[in-house]
Amino acid sequence: MGLTDLLSAALLIFGGFFFLAGTLGLLRFPDVYTRLHALTKADNVGLGLMVIGLAVQAESLAAVSKLILIWLLVLLAGASVANLIANKALQKGVRRWQR
Amino acid sequence: MATVTLLAWLLDSLLGLGLLWLGWRALTCADLFKAIVLFIAFGLLIALAWVRLDAPDVALAEAAIGAGLTGALLLAALARLTSIETDKVATEQAEATPPKRLASWFPAIIMLFFTAGLGYTLLSLSPYAAGLAPEVAANLDSSGVINPVTAVLLNFRGYDTLLEVVVLLLALLGVWSIGGAIESRQDRPGPVLDLLTRLLTPLLILVAAYLLWVGAHAPGGAFQAGSVLAAAGVLLLLGGWRLPPKLTALSLRLALVAGPGAFIAMAAFTLLMQGQLLEFPPAQAGMLILVLETVATFSIGTTLTALFLGGRPQHKEKP
Repeated sequence: MGLTDLLSAALLIFGGFFFLAGTLGLLRFPDVYTRLHALTKADNVGLGLMVIGLAVQAESLAAVSKLILIWLLVLLAGASVANLIANKALQKGVRRWQR
Repeated sequence: MATVTLLAWLLDSLLGLGLLWLGWRALTCADLFKAIVLFIAFGLLIALAWVRLDAPDVALAEAAIGAGLTGALLLAALARLTSIETDKVATEQAEATPPKRLASWFPAIIMLFFTAGLGYTLLSLSPYAAGLAPEVAANLDSSGVINPVTAVLLNFRGYDTLLEVVVLLLALLGVWSIGGAIESRQDRPGPVLDLLTRLLTPLLILVAAYLLWVGAHAPGGAFQAGSVLAAAGVLLLLGGWRLPPKLTALSLRLALVAGPGAFIAMAAFTLLMQGQLLEFPPAQAGMLILVLETVATFSIGTTLTALFLGGRPQHKEKP
């Protein structure tokens, strides 16, 4: 197991941790806005870490750029959809959670 | 090595159990919206299962059409249902008269027999049957493409794809015969959706072209490319874009029938020239398949987008 393998394993596990935390937040947070926050955090950072973890293993530059492209697309889609859902919830009058 | 096998086995079991659970939940869920979301999740897991079975072509098609576009179609249908507000009445009626016990058990018993028969057939198959793979590999040189899946779909069993393209058109004709598109008063798409549409539409068209081109030697092809094209169409429709009225009459219909039309013309041509339906001369096969797939992609994309619109585009003369 070389240094590259260790690095990518660490990155993948760290990414997996973000997904776990995001899922936990999605299930346990009190309202739609905080849940969206947890979900997009997991998608953005967790997937980013996983993409880097896989990119250090990639054989060609083309594969690396495809991975990064996938990450950028998920960032774009995730951020936009979260905004759309939150906007709709605001319009429908979903209250913000308050302690 | 043993740990890796165990992990793969564990993953496959989780996948299988998850599929069964999602399928059951999607069928029994009373809330239609929840059922659709479960169905989309089910489609994504099915795509993963196809990847595990080393069938990336099917996985791509399942993710794009089975989960993505069908999900969008179902959600659009649900939005229309709730706007008519008939489902409330229907549910109340269904709750008022519970179905007879026997009537609900009868399909279950039939399906049980069917499952048992299928299971028996599956178990009685020899576990290492080669299937038709060696035959496809042996004839791959004459097919004009390197990807065996494309060779089967467009060359060796081209009439399957011909019929699939026609089925898609028939589905749209069925929807159109029900009525015109209901133009709901849409709120403005807003800057975020607008920007997303502007960024993604060119990219989706590029991806569709890539999938179409790469289908000759790697997973991809007309249906996958067509559904990506349709995704761009759905995004445009959601963003408030509409086909200019000038194009909704003849041009749209031409785009819809171009795929099936090209397929039928090619079938007739090869029947006359080669004596066999859709049997391409090996020298020109690659080029002919690419032409056919390009036209089919265009038509599939248009048809799926039109299905999402959910009705014949209205002419502007009648307000």
